[in-house]
Amino acid sequence: MVVWKDLLVERRSKETLNALFFFSLLLLFVFQFTLGPDRERLAAVLPGLLWLGFILSGLLGLGRTFQVERENDCWEGLLLAPGDKSAIFVGKLAGNLVLMLVVEAVLVAMFVVFFNVDVGGTWAALALVIVLGTVGFAAVGTLFAAMTAQVRARELLFPVLLLPVQVPVLLATVKATEAVLLGEPLGAVANWLQLLGAADLIYVVVGVLTFEFVLEG
Amino acid sequence: MASEILVRISGLRKTFGAHRVLDGVTLDVRAGEAVALLGANGAGKTTLLKILATLVRPTRGAAAIAGHDCARQPEAVRRLIGLVAHGAHVYEDLTARENLRFWAGLAGLRVAADGLTAALADVELERYADVRVRTFSAGMRRRLSLARFALTPPRVLLLDEPSAGLDQRGKKWLEEYLQAFKTRGGAIVMATHSFGRELGIADRIAILAAGAIALDTPRAGLGADDVQRLYALHTENGS
Repeated sequence: MVVWKDLLVERRSKETLNALFFFSLLLLFVFQFTLGPDRERLAAVLPGLLWLGFILSGLLGLGRTFQVERENDCWEGLLLAPGDKSAIFVGKLAGNLVLMLVVEAVLVAMFVVFFNVDVGGTWAALALVIVLGTVGFAAVGTLFAAMTAQVRARELLFPVLLLPVQVPVLLATVKATEAVLLGEPLGAVANWLQLLGAADLIYVVVGVLTFEFVLEG
Repeated sequence: MASEILVRISGLRKTFGAHRVLDGVTLDVRAGEAVALLGANGAGKTTLLKILATLVRPTRGAAAIAGHDCARQPEAVRRLIGLVAHGAHVYEDLTARENLRFWAGLAGLRVAADGLTAALADVELERYADVRVRTFSAGMRRRLSLARFALTPPRVLLLDEPSAGLDQRGKKWLEEYLQAFKTRGGAIVMATHSFGRELGIADRIAILAAGAIALDTPRAGLGADDVQRLYALHTENGS
């Protein structure tokens, strides 16, 4: 129900998607101006830039996760709804994942066009790394967005809390993305993928187990 | 035989830091009874409602709904109450029907389209079932908020300024709705600043001052002027 509601609200308002698309486009322009046409330098920094784009747009999107619940005291309504509160977390996480993956797909497409990157033979491996990285990012992001939704300095607190916890995910995703873009097989980055998988599992389970306490404040 | 006590509050205290908002509130509300809570701004009416709604934990004392403690058994209490506060718990970009479907689904109910339409008809919103809530007036939002209770009927209604923003027709409709709820055996606790029409459905008036119930009296026989006089007397003496 939560994911149905969140996606329906987003489809009608288009507030988050529109903002994220324009933000991503601006980021790409900035990257393009900064790096110029130097192909060697570009190849070295591309994985980092790609994830920087994902993270910055993700921070914007995830930070708004519970904004719709603050209108008309819907947060209270969620709290008062009988039943398992972890289902709300799973619904919010699923909604965030869909939004982030849509934005990331567009970002990758824009990277391909702007920086003339060839992902023809590696798109499946790249997609796997992106999905794994996004699950971990969205799981912690959803939980921390709930934690900070009711505090005054939430825009400041949210990234400050989120980014340090994301270090293992970021490290693994950037390394794995770098290898995939260089044409290496997935087996070469198996350790990083295992780290990503484990981090995803831990973050999702922690979110499911703790969300009720976060919601109750 | 006296009817069942649905709301029992005893020795309730709530402090926020050094500020004591409630200090020894004791109050019972029986099935089929409505109590209007009166009090100045900051007297603790909303805090009391939030404790009953399990949204705020008391510092001392106890509050229970149909025998279930609000602090220790919040899940059981949440199945018995309906809260209508300042926000109507509605999503602006969903239609009235979609809002109802969402809240029913969250409560674990699968309600067919007919059921949702019937719930909207209960609050005279069936014509607006597929209209987005963004275009609704305050009164329509309040009614939509109440429509949820046709799907998951509560035993106790907790209302915070229920007639705020309503026109005369809306107030009359609300009065009839609450009267019907009482007749079905529900209990109502209603915080209000109104001395007029809203008090019509109240069986008792409780005045909250200095964190405690300064007066708890039957409403029958009291006119708006009498209530205003009692309010002035107790809130001036008490606060």
